[in-house]
Amino acid sequence: MRDESQPLPEPGQPDPSRRAFLKHSSALAALALTPPVALTAIDHSLDERLAAAFEQLPLQVRINGQAQQLSVEPRVTLLDLLREQLGLTGTKKGCDHGQCGACTVHVDGQRVNACLTLALTTEGREVTTIEGLGSEDKLHCMQEAFLRHDGFQCGYCTPGQIMSAVACVREGHADTPEQVREYMSGNICRCGAYANIVAAILDVKASGQKV
Amino acid sequence: MDINPKNQPVDRVDGRQKVTGSAKYFAEFALPRTAYCVIVGSTIARGTLDQLDTKRAAAAPGVLGVFTHLNMPAIPGWDAPVGGQADGPPPQPTAETYRILRGTKILFDGQPIAMVVADTFERATYAASLVKATYTRQTPKTDLNKHLAAAIAPSIPWMKDYSRGQAEAYKTAPVVLEADYVVPTEVHNPMEMHGILAQWTSPTSLLLYAKTQGVNATQRAMAQAFKLDPRNVKVHTEFMGGGFGMGLRTWPQETAVVAIARQLGRPVKLVMTRSQMFQLVGYRPHTRQTIRMGADATGKLVGLVHEATAETATYEDFTEGTVNMSKFLYACPSMQTRYRLVRLDRGVPIWMRGPGEATGAFALESAMDEMAHKLHLDPLEFRLRNYSETDPEHNRPYSSKNLREAYERGAAAIGWRNRPATPGSQREGEWLVGYGMSTGTFNAMRWQATVRVVLQADGSLLVQSAVTDIGPGTGTALTIIAHNVLGVPLDRIKVQYGDTSLPPAPTQGGSAIVSTVGSAVFDTCSAVKQTLVELATRPGAPLAGHQAEELALADGQLFVEAKLATQVAVAELLRQNQLASIDKTTESKGGPEQQKYSFYSYSVHFVRVRVNPRTGVVRVTKTVSVADSGRIISPKTAASQMIGGVAGGIGMALTEEAVLDHRFGRYVNNNLADYHVAVHADVPEIETITIDKPDYLLNPMGAKGMGEIALIGFAAAVANAVFNATGRRVRELPITLDKLLAVS
Ligand code: FES
Ligand code: FES
Repeated sequence: MRDESQPLPEPGQPDPSRRAFLKHSSALAALALTPPVALTAIDHSLDERLAAAFEQLPLQVRINGQAQQLSVEPRVTLLDLLREQLGLTGTKKGCDHGQCGACTVHVDGQRVNACLTLALTTEGREVTTIEGLGSEDKLHCMQEAFLRHDGFQCGYCTPGQIMSAVACVREGHADTPEQVREYMSGNICRCGAYANIVAAILDVKASGQKV
Repeated sequence: MDINPKNQPVDRVDGRQKVTGSAKYFAEFALPRTAYCVIVGSTIARGTLDQLDTKRAAAAPGVLGVFTHLNMPAIPGWDAPVGGQADGPPPQPTAETYRILRGTKILFDGQPIAMVVADTFERATYAASLVKATYTRQTPKTDLNKHLAAAIAPSIPWMKDYSRGQAEAYKTAPVVLEADYVVPTEVHNPMEMHGILAQWTSPTSLLLYAKTQGVNATQRAMAQAFKLDPRNVKVHTEFMGGGFGMGLRTWPQETAVVAIARQLGRPVKLVMTRSQMFQLVGYRPHTRQTIRMGADATGKLVGLVHEATAETATYEDFTEGTVNMSKFLYACPSMQTRYRLVRLDRGVPIWMRGPGEATGAFALESAMDEMAHKLHLDPLEFRLRNYSETDPEHNRPYSSKNLREAYERGAAAIGWRNRPATPGSQREGEWLVGYGMSTGTFNAMRWQATVRVVLQADGSLLVQSAVTDIGPGTGTALTIIAHNVLGVPLDRIKVQYGDTSLPPAPTQGGSAIVSTVGSAVFDTCSAVKQTLVELATRPGAPLAGHQAEELALADGQLFVEAKLATQVAVAELLRQNQLASIDKTTESKGGPEQQKYSFYSYSVHFVRVRVNPRTGVVRVTKTVSVADSGRIISPKTAASQMIGGVAGGIGMALTEEAVLDHRFGRYVNNNLADYHVAVHADVPEIETITIDKPDYLLNPMGAKGMGEIALIGFAAAVANAVFNATGRRVRELPITLDKLLAVS
């Protein structure tokens, strides 16, 4: 970590704390193997991309059934990894603060807010996003129910609502309208499709289909 | 013709894309080498920027540029116009000017002082945190209540004071009510973050993925700002994650991103944070209203005065139709309105769903309830006694008004007869129970739009319009219209929209889009039909000798209505005439009859609430909303618009308030955890009813608008129900429990 009391480097000059971090961090095992020439390059801020490489860590995760070997910065959230690096834009960003539910995905079958989940914490886990639930030709029964009940308007909260809805049924929290409302309250729909969303979820639950 | 004879409920045409996540919103288009822009906002609301240290930010990894007032690239035509006409004229410039990243003057909290661009979102965000500023801070003026004395009359003629009959006639009435009502600042908060993705495809051409309610408006604004041929500015917004009004103009930070993309020579994407959406893309302005009302012993209104004072920015006068509905909703011989603004150190407001009418209806419809109580009249009966059969403002007939029927059907559905005549007298366990109602109204409009319709030889149909679908189901409604005019099966119709390469359409807002673009689809499809009929009835053609009026279209067949067997397939007709398609583009707008009538949609909202007398908690337990919005084209999506208005109305009534700390002029609850929009648990059983009677004076489908009336008036219905339950009148939204406990 940077000691805030240290003087700041001038632009274009190497940042001492950055250099120190790269040289001494024991967390980066790979660094031991770093050729001195590379460190010199970093010292001279010559190769930002090389520096970037050191800031990334390997991540092995299954996403929608596919094993992925990735390299990500520790500060990247699962949400931004999905949207900005993997092109899985079905998962939405509505607040980035765990306040809206638009980013809901399943990690090992549990619903989580992808914006509050650092990507690296999914190491060895199974992530399911809306893209992994069904496709336009082969909708999941919850997607069918949302379509039939018009459980959305602008559609932006919808993937999160659907991922949450599937989990809500699986958790056994979809027995009554009140229960659904309570257990779905982490998913905001500003268009206000709530009544139709609740109807869709109860419909799926009543049908006894396997979600 | 009846536009949907079978009242077919149709699943949303874009539904599959929305439920699978394949619908692409602006930030989701992948352009190679896209750079990420993050805004650094001012932490003071008024003063000057003294020093801005950007060195560390500029040297941070991956940073491509830090743009400030010192190095912001030039934007040749700064005055980007406001987009749509949701509810009157766009904000008007004042003597003060705000130009993003030009100069050191700070006019409002969160005003961008730097825009940092890097190769990844994380790097841009980190670098933005390194920008440090020092300011000379002045005491900000942000409290409307403290600065009422500085109120000014807006210069716009449309907003001038109104008077009919005798001035202040209410004073002469035996029963008089004077009361103040307050609607706080509320923020649109659509679920999708605001921003833009901009790419210069050549030195003189631009590609924009925008979050706008009107791609043509954004196209005009950017063409003007960068002095480009509008045809070289392509704007795409097929999907928009909600707007509610905040996408009715092109915001300065969007223009800045375009300038930065030019400078950097690569695509630049801005996705604002939720808290920046409180500061930089408008809000419903905090508005204080006074209603003065006089009625005689028979329950007839004698005089009415409606005054409103709203906040605006120092640099633009934003106005809306807050006092409008009071001029015509009730038959009142003497009526005056006054609308005033207070310029504060705030970002500029923008229309928010229902816009000013939703604010105004809270005052007027609360006052109607209060007056009914004074008169010992049922509030519904009081409204009926003052029902306006013709428009008292313009002295002309209404094109259609089925409000009486709406009252009756809503009252029956909620069980209005169960309403306790004495407030505070009905209980369910420890809860007090009350019923309330209100009326809403909004202009029914028809603007101008162009539509292209292509009937292919294979019998499929293509419909094209640049219009944006922000969520109401525009694409679905247009599909249903085309289906019913041309008889092409629903699954053979493709509607393309949300792109400037398509024929121009107005900005989505003001509940006017189905009326406007739907009419253009209707007219263009009718022109295609006429061509088909000509081809089919020519001498030697399959239906030769038949008249146009005898013919109908269904399931891809053109047939003689009296003799169903006499028919020809549309595809066959085109083939016989060696036509690959019939391709028509027409412009469509309302006719002169629009001057002869007053056009309004109406809603009636009934709610039942439970109030806990010990905790002050208010729960809405049942709502019935009735819409008189002409012929319903798409019953399914129309019902959704209504329930959406109810959810918004519950938030407006009970929880929504953007709170400023006036010492600093800054928000204290600028996030979705502290600014409470309605969530699942807040929204009860909702019943929606549509009167569903066509208004053919407005357009050939007979459809009036619905988006605004779904919300307008709702908050008053809740306030009235709370009064009925408790005997406590809350005149300041939201009705939070502290306001109910305070007096007990
Ligand atoms: S984006 Fe994750 S909860 Fe809102
Ligand atoms: S559908 Fe628009 S926010 Fe839920």
